[in-house]
Amino acid sequence: MTDAIVVEGARKRYGEKWALDGLDLTVGRGTVHGMLGPNGAGKTTAVRVLATLLRADEGRVEVAGYDVRRQPDEVRRRIGLLGQHAALDEELSGRQNLDMFGRLYHLGARHARVRAGELLERFGLGDTGRKAVKQYSGGMRRRLDLAASLITEPDVLFLDEPTTGLDPRGRTEVWEAVRSLVDGGTTVLLTTQYLEEADQLAHRISVIDRGRVIADGTADELKSKTGGDRIDVVVRDAAQLDLAARLLPGEATLDVDRRLASAPVADRMEALTGVVQALRDAGVDAEDIAVRRPTLDEVFLRLTGRAEDGERVKEAV
Amino acid sequence: MSTTTITPRGRAPVSGGTPAKWAAVDSWTMTRRELAHWARQPVQVLVGLVFPVMLLLMFNYLIGGGKGIAGDYAEFLVPGMFALTMAFGLDATMVAVTQDLNKGVIDRFRSMPMTNGAVLVGRSVADMLQSFASLLVMIGVGLAIGWRWHGSSGAALGAVGLLLLLRFAMLWIGIHLAMVAGKPELVMAVQILVWPVGFLSNAFTVPQNMPAWLGAAVEWNPMSATATAVRDLFGNDPGVVGTSWAAEHAGLLAVVWPVVLVGVFMPLAVRRFGALSK
Repeated sequence: MTDAIVVEGARKRYGEKWALDGLDLTVGRGTVHGMLGPNGAGKTTAVRVLATLLRADEGRVEVAGYDVRRQPDEVRRRIGLLGQHAALDEELSGRQNLDMFGRLYHLGARHARVRAGELLERFGLGDTGRKAVKQYSGGMRRRLDLAASLITEPDVLFLDEPTTGLDPRGRTEVWEAVRSLVDGGTTVLLTTQYLEEADQLAHRISVIDRGRVIADGTADELKSKTGGDRIDVVVRDAAQLDLAARLLPGEATLDVDRRLASAPVADRMEALTGVVQALRDAGVDAEDIAVRRPTLDEVFLRLTGRAEDGERVKEAV
Repeated sequence: MSTTTITPRGRAPVSGGTPAKWAAVDSWTMTRRELAHWARQPVQVLVGLVFPVMLLLMFNYLIGGGKGIAGDYAEFLVPGMFALTMAFGLDATMVAVTQDLNKGVIDRFRSMPMTNGAVLVGRSVADMLQSFASLLVMIGVGLAIGWRWHGSSGAALGAVGLLLLLRFAMLWIGIHLAMVAGKPELVMAVQILVWPVGFLSNAFTVPQNMPAWLGAAVEWNPMSATATAVRDLFGNDPGVVGTSWAAEHAGLLAVVWPVVLVGVFMPLAVRRFGALSK
């Protein structure tokens, strides 16, 4: 009973399409596990199955030591869920929402009220008064939603794209909250489209495509497993970019806006000395030359054969 | 978020108490939710109460009676409007359930250790309370425009009971239809169909004023049975009573119809609600 989440061969079909097609996942207690994948890969379906909202057609699914199919109530007592869309009663105030959820977690009327007050304070919503949630800003709503997921200090917290639509400050706040929860022993399963977020928060990452895991490991492992290193050259004069790209070993990708050419390399030292020599011989004026690990975006692109978000990949390359 | 430290508080005190106790607690929590919605939308609540009153006044003063209704039209119309108000509750229930099911909050309810059916019980209690209030308003307005009850107060209470029973049947039909239709667009279609079904009754006029086939349909309409039974219990003018089996046994049908409808639609709705997570 050391693992907080165990999924073996989970399958779930919608019509002709298998949303989950033999998903395997093991998440150790007290860790953050990131789940990455393109849209439609099955991330949200996986979270909904784990959170007892959907039933898998096949396979074993256990959360906090309980089978989600046979003992859903035991699972529900131990989980919190922050989905992509706010799971709040928009007509009611933040306090009314938390009070209601507290009662439904069977805290009792008095405890529920106290807990609602604590969480509102903690998430900076103490002064929202009677204002209905539908009048909240996106960030406030997200914080209330997170607060609602934490009413009982869950053993396992599911975060399905928790920071989508938040500004950088809101995102940092959610990250801090997640870290402090994990310090307290909570296990977190995180799906995200911000690869940086997975890199920042997750101890381990599973890359999912077409309903199954196609790679997993720590961010570092994934980077060395799939990509290997890259060399980046930024030229001072955009006119020399094509020339610089031709001098790089391997097939280079270009980012014209940033005057950047990037190519995979096998041997770091050799590539660096070779490229510096070749650029100098050809008279290319380089502003910056660096050998670096691949970004998770590149890892992702290589693994799935498509970008999660074309623009961000281009930025990172 | 002034501080992001989250103090461990351990597990909620979930143990203790039987499932039945928690079912009652959860149902009350969900009922409170509906009451809180009312408190925040007093105008909407008011409109809901005024609408049947408006229909009653329109029919009483603008359209008036018809053949086969002797004496004061209000004596005939008002009990019929009581029944119509209950029948139109189907629409209110369906709209409310459809809106709820399309909200994210349902996902949170479903991921919590609460009693599954509490959402439906909360809806039922709130809708029945609303309809009871609506009925009281209608009785008040009825008295104001000259309607009286002539029977015993026991019979009058029986009439109110039959009306609420009809509403209870409409409640479960409404919940079931909301889950079958699911989308606001389809709700609109059902909403429109509620009107002819409601008007295809003896609420406004006696079936003898209609073509025979239509009159027969009207006499078998559950709403007609309730209206006729309620007129009888209140001691109001029943108009010309038909000779069909349905017309002669309206009192029996006013009980049997709703009970059968509840017996069919309640299990269907509960099962469908439980199966949402498939």
